[in-house]
Amino acid sequence: MSNSNMNLKLKVWRQQNANDSGHFEDYTVQASPDMSFLEMFDVLNEQLITEGKDPVAFDHDCREGICGMCSMVINGRPHGPKGGVTTCQLHMRSFNDGDTIVVEPWRSNAFPVIRDLSVNRSAFDRIIAAGGYVSVNTGNAVDANATLIPKEIADEAFEAATCIGCGACVSACKNASAMLFVGAKVTQLSLLPQGQAEASKRVVAMVNQMDAEGFGACTNTGACSAECPKQIPLTVIATLNREYIKAKLKGY
Amino acid sequence: MSKNIKLDSKIPAGELSQKWTQYRSSVPLVNPANKRNLEIIVVGTGLAGSSAAATLAEMGYKVKAFCFQDSPRRAHSIAAQGGINAAKNYQNDGDSVYRLFYDTIKGGDYRAREANVHRLAEVSTSIIDQCVAQGVPFAREYGGTLSNRSFGGTQVQRTFYAAGQTGQQLLLGAYQALERQVGLGNVKMYSRHEMLDVVVIDGKARGIIARNLITGELERHFGHAVLLCTGGYGNVFYLSTNAMGSNVTAGWKAHKAGALFGNPCFTQIHPTCIPVSGHYQSKLTLMSESLRNDGRIWVPKNKDDNRHPNDIPEEDRDYYLERRYPAFGNLVPRDVASRAAKERCDAGYGVGASKMAVYLDFRYNMINKYGRAEASRLNIENPDEATLLKLGQEVAKEKYGNLFDMYKQITDEDPYEVPMRIYPAVHYTMGGLWVDYELMTNIPGLYALGEANFSDHGANRLGASALMQGLADGYFVIPYTIGSYLSNEIRTKSMPTDCEEFVAAEKKVREQLERLMSINGKQSVESFHRRLGLIMWDKCGMLRSEEGLKQAIAEIRALREEFWRDVRVPGTMNGFNPELEKAGRVADFLELGELMCIDALERNESCGGHFREEYQTEEGEAKRDDDNYMFVSAWEYKEGNEWELHKEALVYENIKIAQRSYK
Ligand SMILES: Cc1cc2nc3c(=O)[nH]c(=O)nc-3n(C[C@H](O)[C@H](O)[C@H](O)COP(=O)(O)OP(=O)(O)OC[C@H]3O[C@@H](n4cnc5c(N)ncnc54)[C@H](O)[C@@H]3O)c2cc1C
Ligand code: SF4
Ligand code: FES
Repeated sequence: MSNSNMNLKLKVWRQQNANDSGHFEDYTVQASPDMSFLEMFDVLNEQLITEGKDPVAFDHDCREGICGMCSMVINGRPHGPKGGVTTCQLHMRSFNDGDTIVVEPWRSNAFPVIRDLSVNRSAFDRIIAAGGYVSVNTGNAVDANATLIPKEIADEAFEAATCIGCGACVSACKNASAMLFVGAKVTQLSLLPQGQAEASKRVVAMVNQMDAEGFGACTNTGACSAECPKQIPLTVIATLNREYIKAKLKGY
Repeated sequence: MSKNIKLDSKIPAGELSQKWTQYRSSVPLVNPANKRNLEIIVVGTGLAGSSAAATLAEMGYKVKAFCFQDSPRRAHSIAAQGGINAAKNYQNDGDSVYRLFYDTIKGGDYRAREANVHRLAEVSTSIIDQCVAQGVPFAREYGGTLSNRSFGGTQVQRTFYAAGQTGQQLLLGAYQALERQVGLGNVKMYSRHEMLDVVVIDGKARGIIARNLITGELERHFGHAVLLCTGGYGNVFYLSTNAMGSNVTAGWKAHKAGALFGNPCFTQIHPTCIPVSGHYQSKLTLMSESLRNDGRIWVPKNKDDNRHPNDIPEEDRDYYLERRYPAFGNLVPRDVASRAAKERCDAGYGVGASKMAVYLDFRYNMINKYGRAEASRLNIENPDEATLLKLGQEVAKEKYGNLFDMYKQITDEDPYEVPMRIYPAVHYTMGGLWVDYELMTNIPGLYALGEANFSDHGANRLGASALMQGLADGYFVIPYTIGSYLSNEIRTKSMPTDCEEFVAAEKKVREQLERLMSINGKQSVESFHRRLGLIMWDKCGMLRSEEGLKQAIAEIRALREEFWRDVRVPGTMNGFNPELEKAGRVADFLELGELMCIDALERNESCGGHFREEYQTEEGEAKRDDDNYMFVSAWEYKEGNEWELHKEALVYENIKIAQRSYK
C-alpha cells in the first residue's frame, strides 16, 4: 500500500431512488495518484462494505472512455476537471493530497436518478430510434467501394460519430439541451452519401423526439462542447440547425 | 440426459466452397405471415446480438432483446479498437476467401471446424458492404476508397478500420439498425435486464428468466427460440481487457441446463496491454494489435540496462520477435507474441519498475517509414532526424491518435516520445457454448452467437476476426439457419408463462438470490473475484502444467466454499443493487474456473493459446498432439460440479495440417 499517499475528503450524492430527495454524505478515502477516479471509488466502496454500510451506486463498464456508461459530475464539472476525458479516464494525479471532492450525478429532468450516481439515459435511445439511422436492411447493400467518399468527408463524419452517448453535454448545459448529441448523429449521417436520402426526415424526427423527452432549448452557451469528453465541436449544432431549416423548407 | 448426447455438428455434405451456398438454397423458409407469430429472444446487444436482433426483426420475426447495460449501445463490443477482417482483396495483394480461411485455421492451430471457418470467410465481404451502407465511417484513402491495414498472423492487408475505434463504429451501425426496429415496433428492448436462467420445456428452449436491474423484479419471457449473444468470459481472470461487467452467467446457466461447453480452457492472452500498476487495479487496457504494424517490440540485450530507452543504441537492443520469426516479425499471432514476451521477462530482460514489460517502439517507423514519406511528399530536402520524427508523429497521430492518448492518460508517459511499455493480458475466450453449424447448442431452440460460442477460432483467434465473426453470425448466418428450426415451430402457439417450467425456473433464480443475500459474511464480492483471478492467471494462464492445474482445482473448490460461507452482499434484492449483480456473476466464475482447469488438464498437448509446460518443442513452441487431441472438447454438466467429456472429432479435408510456423 506504499503508493496510497493521498488523503481525500469526498462529498458524495446519495439518493435511494428516483422519488427520494437525496443528500450529500462525507467520506474520507486514501488514494494513489496512479489510480483512476473509479478505482478510487472502488476503494471507497470496499471500505463501506467492510464497515457494513451500503456502497455508492455508480455506472461504469469499459473503464477506457468508450462505452459512455460512466457519468459523474466532479466538483461541478461533468467528467471532472481535466477536459477531453471521461470519468473513468480521469486519474487521481489530477487532484492534490488533502483535496475535498464533490461528486454528483448528471442533473437533468430527462435523466432521472436511479440511485446515487446512476441515472436513466434511455431518452437518448429513443431519439436514435426516432431517426438516427440509415434505413437499409441487411442484404440490401452494394459493394463497399462502389461509392467513393473523399477522405476529408469520411474523417469529418468519423469525428462526429465518435460521440459516446454519455450525456455530459446535457449535464453541462444550463438548459439541459441535447443538441450536441443529436447534432453529432445528424452531422455524421448527413455528410455521408448513404445517409442523405432520408436526411430531412431524420432531422425532424430526431428533433421532435428530443423535444418530447423534455430536453431544453439551445441558447448557444457552448458548455456542452467544452465538457464533451470526445470534444464534439459546436459546428455539429450549426449543421443540425441548417439541416432542420432545410427540412422545414421542404415541408417536412 | 448423459448417455444419449450425440454430438452432431450438422456440417452439410458437399465440396467445402459450396457447402454454405447449397445450405442456403435448401434450408426451409418460414413464410412472412408465420414469422409474425414467431417470437425470438435475443440476449445481448453487442455486435452479434444487435446485428441478429435487427436482421431477424427486418425479416418479420417478433424480437425481444436484452442487455444489462443502460443502453444496447454500451455492449462490450464498443471497446474493440483495431479493425475487422474481410477477404475483399481491395489491396490486390493476393487475398482471397481461401486465404482468409486458411490463415484462420492455421492461426487457430488446427482446432477449428473447416466448414464454419470457410463460411465465415465467405460472408466477410458482405459485412463490409452492409456496414458502409449503414453509414459506418471507415478510414479512407484520398481517392475515396476504403483503407486497409495488417494484423497478426497474415501477410496481406485485409483489415478495415475506423482509427482505433472500429468496434465503436461497427456497434453503433448495428445499434442504429436495432433502434430502427425498436422504433418500428418490431423489437422490444429490455435494457438493464439480466438473464438469470433459460427455461426449457419438453427439451426445447422456450424462454428466459430475467431480473429487472432497476426494480429487482424477476420477469418471465417466452420465446420460440432463445439466442445467447452474451460475449466472452475473460473476466474469470479478474484482470482482463474486458469491460467490468462482462461475464459468463447467461452461458453458464445454459450449461447447467444441459448445454455443452466447448473448449473452455482456450483463452487468448493479448501481447500488447498496459502493464499492471498497482494492487488497486480494476482492469487492464489493451493497446490494439494494429500498433504492431508500426511498433517494433524489443528489450535491452543486457539485463538491468537502466538507460532511457531512447538512449539505448541499436546494437544493444534485442528485437526478439524479428530475431525469432523473420517471416512474420512483429506480426506473429498473439499467442506466439505473448509467450515470447513472457519468456524474455522471465529470463530477466523485462523493463520498467516491475521488470514485467517490454518496449513497443514507434520511433523507427515514425522517422523512417512515415517521416521520410511525408518529407518527400512535401519536397523537404535532406530533412534532419527531428524534422522526420515530427512529420512521422503527425502520421502516427492520424492512425493511432486515440490509442496514444489513452496510453498517456493511464501511464502519464507520451508514446510519441518514448516507447510504450506493454505486457500480455487476458483478452478473449475462444471457448464457449458448443454449437453446431447452425449455431444451435445441443438444446433445441437455444443458439449461441459471437464470442459466447466456441465456434470459429480454434485454439487461438487472429486479430480483427472477432468483430468479423460477431457480425457474420448476426447479419448473415442466423437469419438463414434459424429457419431450419422455426419452420417446424409454426404451429407452436406463444406459451403462457405461468406453466410449471417457468414457475420452477423463477423459483430457482429467486432462491439463489436469497441465498446470496442471506450469507451476510465479512468479505466483499470483489475480494473473492480478485483471489480467483490470481489462481487462474498463475495456474491456468499463459503457462499451464499438470501440477499447477491440479492445485488450482483444489484452490478454486476451497474458495468457492468460502464464498458461499463468507461473502457479504449489502443492500436488498428488491431494487438496484450492483453488488448483488456482481455476486451472481462471481459465483458462476467460481464454477467455470474449475471447468477451465479440468479442460486444460485433460488436454495433454499444447495448441494455440493453450500451452502446457510438458508439451513443447525444443525451440519452446507449442507442440500439438494431432493423433490424440484433434477434437473439440464438449463438456456436459452433472449435478454437484462434475463434468463428462464428449469429443467432436475435427476432420481436415481441404487443408494439410502442419506444424504451425511463422519463421
Ligand atoms: C479492448 C478490446 C479490443 C478489441 N478489439 C478487437 C478488434 O480490434 N477486432 C476484433 O475483431 N475484435 C476485437 N476484440 C474482441 C471483440 O471486441 C469481442 O470479441 C466482440 O466484440 C464480442 O462481441 P459479442 O457481440 O459476442 O459480445 P459483447 O459485445 O461482449 O456483448 C455482450 C452482450 O451481452 C449482454 N449480456 C451478457 N450477459 C447478459 C445477461 N446475463 N443478461 C442480459 N444481457 C447480457 C451484454 O449486456 C452485452 O449487450 C476486442 C476486445 C477487447 C476487450
Ligand atoms: S456529444 Fe459529447 S458529451 Fe454529448 S453524449 Fe456525445 S460524447 Fe457525451
Ligand atoms: S466506463 Fe466506459 S466510458 Fe467510462
